[in-house]
Amino acid sequence: MDIASRTEAQLHAFLTIDGQGAREAARQADADLADGIDRGPLHGIPVALKDNMCTRGVETTAASQILAGYIPPYDATVVTRLRSGGAVIVGKTNLDEFAMGSSTENSAYGTTYNPWDLSRVPGGSSGGSAASVAAGSSLLAFGSDTGGSIRQPASLCGVVGMKPTYGTVSRYGLIAFASSLDQIGPFARTVGDSALALASIWGYDPLDSTSYQGEYPNPDASLDRGVDGLRIGVVTELSGDGFEPAVEAATTDMVARLEKAGVKVSEVSLPTFDIALSAYYLIAPAEASSNLARFDGIRYGLRVDGATTEELMARTRAEGFGPEVTRRVLLGTYSLSAGYYDAFYGQAQRVRAAIQEDFARAYEQVDVLVSPTSPTVAFEAGARTADPLAMYLSDICNIPANMAGHPAISVPVGLDEAGLPIGFQVMAPALGEEVMYQVAAEVERLAGFEISPRVLEGAA
Amino acid sequence: MSWEPVIGIEVHVELMTDSKMFCGCAVDFGGEPNTRVCPTCLGLPGALPVTNRVAIESIMAIGLALDCEVSDRSVFHRKNYFYADLPKNFQISQFDVPVCHDGHLDIEVDGETRRIGIERAHMEEDTGKSTHLGAGGRIHAAEGTLLDFNRSGVPLVEVVSRPDLRSATESRVYAQELRSIVAELGVSDARLEEGSIRFDANVSIRPDGDHALGTKVEIKNMNSFRSLERAIAFEIERQIGVVDSGGEVIQETRHWDEETGVTHSMRVKEGSSDYRYFTEPDLVPMVMTTEWVAAIEQRLPELPGHRRARYAAQGVAEGTAGVLSALDADLRRLYDEAVLSGASPQSAANWITGEVVAWVRKAGIEAREVALDGPSLAELIEMVDEGSVSSSAAKEVLDGVLSGEGRPREVADQRDLLQMRDAGTLEKAVAEVLAAHPRAIEEFGAGEEKVVGFLVGQVMKATDGKADPRLVNQLIRERMSG
Amino acid sequence: MPIEIDIAHVARLARLGLSDEELESYKAQLGVILEHAARVQSLEVEPNVEAAHPLGLTNAFREDELRPSLDRDEVLGQAPDAIDGLFVVPPAMGAE
Repeated sequence: MDIASRTEAQLHAFLTIDGQGAREAARQADADLADGIDRGPLHGIPVALKDNMCTRGVETTAASQILAGYIPPYDATVVTRLRSGGAVIVGKTNLDEFAMGSSTENSAYGTTYNPWDLSRVPGGSSGGSAASVAAGSSLLAFGSDTGGSIRQPASLCGVVGMKPTYGTVSRYGLIAFASSLDQIGPFARTVGDSALALASIWGYDPLDSTSYQGEYPNPDASLDRGVDGLRIGVVTELSGDGFEPAVEAATTDMVARLEKAGVKVSEVSLPTFDIALSAYYLIAPAEASSNLARFDGIRYGLRVDGATTEELMARTRAEGFGPEVTRRVLLGTYSLSAGYYDAFYGQAQRVRAAIQEDFARAYEQVDVLVSPTSPTVAFEAGARTADPLAMYLSDICNIPANMAGHPAISVPVGLDEAGLPIGFQVMAPALGEEVMYQVAAEVERLAGFEISPRVLEGAA
Repeated sequence: MSWEPVIGIEVHVELMTDSKMFCGCAVDFGGEPNTRVCPTCLGLPGALPVTNRVAIESIMAIGLALDCEVSDRSVFHRKNYFYADLPKNFQISQFDVPVCHDGHLDIEVDGETRRIGIERAHMEEDTGKSTHLGAGGRIHAAEGTLLDFNRSGVPLVEVVSRPDLRSATESRVYAQELRSIVAELGVSDARLEEGSIRFDANVSIRPDGDHALGTKVEIKNMNSFRSLERAIAFEIERQIGVVDSGGEVIQETRHWDEETGVTHSMRVKEGSSDYRYFTEPDLVPMVMTTEWVAAIEQRLPELPGHRRARYAAQGVAEGTAGVLSALDADLRRLYDEAVLSGASPQSAANWITGEVVAWVRKAGIEAREVALDGPSLAELIEMVDEGSVSSSAAKEVLDGVLSGEGRPREVADQRDLLQMRDAGTLEKAVAEVLAAHPRAIEEFGAGEEKVVGFLVGQVMKATDGKADPRLVNQLIRERMSG
Repeated sequence: MPIEIDIAHVARLARLGLSDEELESYKAQLGVILEHAARVQSLEVEPNVEAAHPLGLTNAFREDELRPSLDRDEVLGQAPDAIDGLFVVPPAMGAE
């Protein structure tokens, strides 16, 4: 929290710092240890939570005006598990409103800045969590990833960020953006910490019908196996136009080093990746338009009065939602509406099935797929806000894994000439967290990356 | 022009599960507003639904009782629309793969059996309740709507009939039969007045002999079976009136007003609603295996139609069978036990639907508190048949048994109701009477039958009414003939 | 070619009370985005195939058991307007 107080003025990574709650939890953690109670790897560890996870008694806004002052009466399952694991929840981090965005500039409470260069974005939508871990104001942070919202900011902020297999981390208490794509995942400074953090939050939850009840992988066991004999596929579609030279160079370089370490490298083509973004921008907004319908000024949150309930709802929502959210609600409503459903939403779901098949074919030949996490390094604040489509293209490498429900991780591997971090993405089949972490650990070893963002230099 | 009414009925049944459809809040009638809500049924951010297994088994039972096909695989959909009593502003419902489909219900109307097709039975969640405030009486907010979400999320089964009904009476019988089946299954209270079962009707007319369907009008707010019949009858006439005077029936929703006896047009909606149905991503598909369906089927109780047919096959007259079938389960069990103990079905049915029911009502007790079991009833019936008691004395015996005085023969004995049947005693009495009336024998020989009645009466008098009149009659005839 | 949409109708369906200028602006943006999204139509796919849960989950049920409900004060504490335990809203205009 010391670091937070020093860096927050510049970063604005947090929306809420729960000093009292944190100190209490820390005291309890100490007391437990003194009594010989060790709650696990996260015992006493300060963690930050993206502000779209419900924390009982602590304001949760999803970075939206429509939830200004909203205090949830319950904890998300992930939060419950963190608490019972003895974690110290420091506060709630900034995000793009309702997790919709790739830069955190869509927050209704002001944007977050990149610790490596304060004129640039940290990525999004989990920008606050990424920035906080990069700056050191939390050791671990949690975000949500629907179309890259953990991996992309992890890449832009030079930290490790991963999205678990869909269904392995409970969504109960996560303010829903796109139900069939959302997953909560950890930000950490090392691959090892990432694996520990994941283990502390995943597992079957009876409160979530989409929660997996079978056997869970054990990534911890695979971290030191090395990569000799593993088969890696480099995705051909995720390169070329739109990819910065430094990013491509770093990726190619890492692939070469992996090959030297004993990996079999091949080029793999997944043609459906070319329309994955299009399908995503029909499915995600459609589900979002329905998930966000509950924000109507009646039971909680912002209310703008009207003469009739209809007027009240329309005014509340017009005022409460920012432009990006409004865009996506309109987009989603359209793609589900009568006469358009089949050509848009319906077709997108069929394309999604095709993407899953594409992956299945690829994983017959390789164990993991790799690519840059993001086509570019952190861009300047304001650089893409005028062009929604340009902003959407930030996620082109990440979306396919969400569409298939597969796990994927971003590991920082280097800096570009301007000193901005570059992330390397490893994707694995569903429940393939072991092999994914196995490769990620090796990437980390080979990269030898140091997390030393500029914001700490002046702040020390 | 002669018009044929075409009617379809939609039924909403609130299931009597302990907990709601997608969360663990209690399903209960009444209670302080907004005390049975949780993040899920209140539509709080981050909440998720989890399906109540018993609710699914209940809808499967309803479907099976209506001879429906149970889908191998069924999914939930979101029905998206904005309304204050709908917390998520979408309702979790079913669209094109309902749990049950393609069944039928046979009803009896005017001695005829009519088969009414059932298109589907699907699962959904109920909405909250809104009460509208009128102007005045409050310090602020002269007008408004008050919302209670206790009912939000209660499991609801919607059963949709095909438009096979042809009259208001048929519609009422259909509704009543459906209601009794649902109640019999034990899945719902099915009380129309309480709203745990609700009926909407789709009414249209077409020229006699036509096969195309006319414009249909939805009728809502029918809160009793009587008003259902009245409302549909009114609507049929109204539509005929409209077309007969050269107009066209408008597709709309109309409200039945029980007091004035008319249907009123509700605000005509601009265009039909666009519910933007899509598969509910927070739930996963349901697979109804053959084993699961078979297990539910095995647990089905005997349904009203089957029961009535069984009674008829056993020899109970149709009218009595209908009455008996509609009685409390405990009284129906009494019938079955009595028949098992050897009583004639018709007699058992008559006694139960007549004297027993009357006694129970007068005593104001519950059917299961009745101090009469099958063997006792059978014994009583046997006593009447063999002449141990007269029919009128039998009623007294029954009263005694029901009052807990003992078994029928004991009671008859204690209350001195047994008819004298001892041959020796009776012959002696007969002989005495005949001796006292010598001319009677002559009159009988001359063909006067009614003198027998007179003599029987004399014997009854001499025995203080205790003699078995049939036996006396027999003995007298024997004596006079022999 | 950007796609033409009836933005007023869509905004109404979504209960977004936007001004005319806003509607025009969103209409233009959506047209461009939809043009990109419409690329999904370029792929020929099997008609009745829909994407499934990646782990193929089915039959996620819970038993018919009670769980504690929320405390009413906590529930109504968040309500913008409530009287006597009930949420208050203006008169409805009628459902969609």
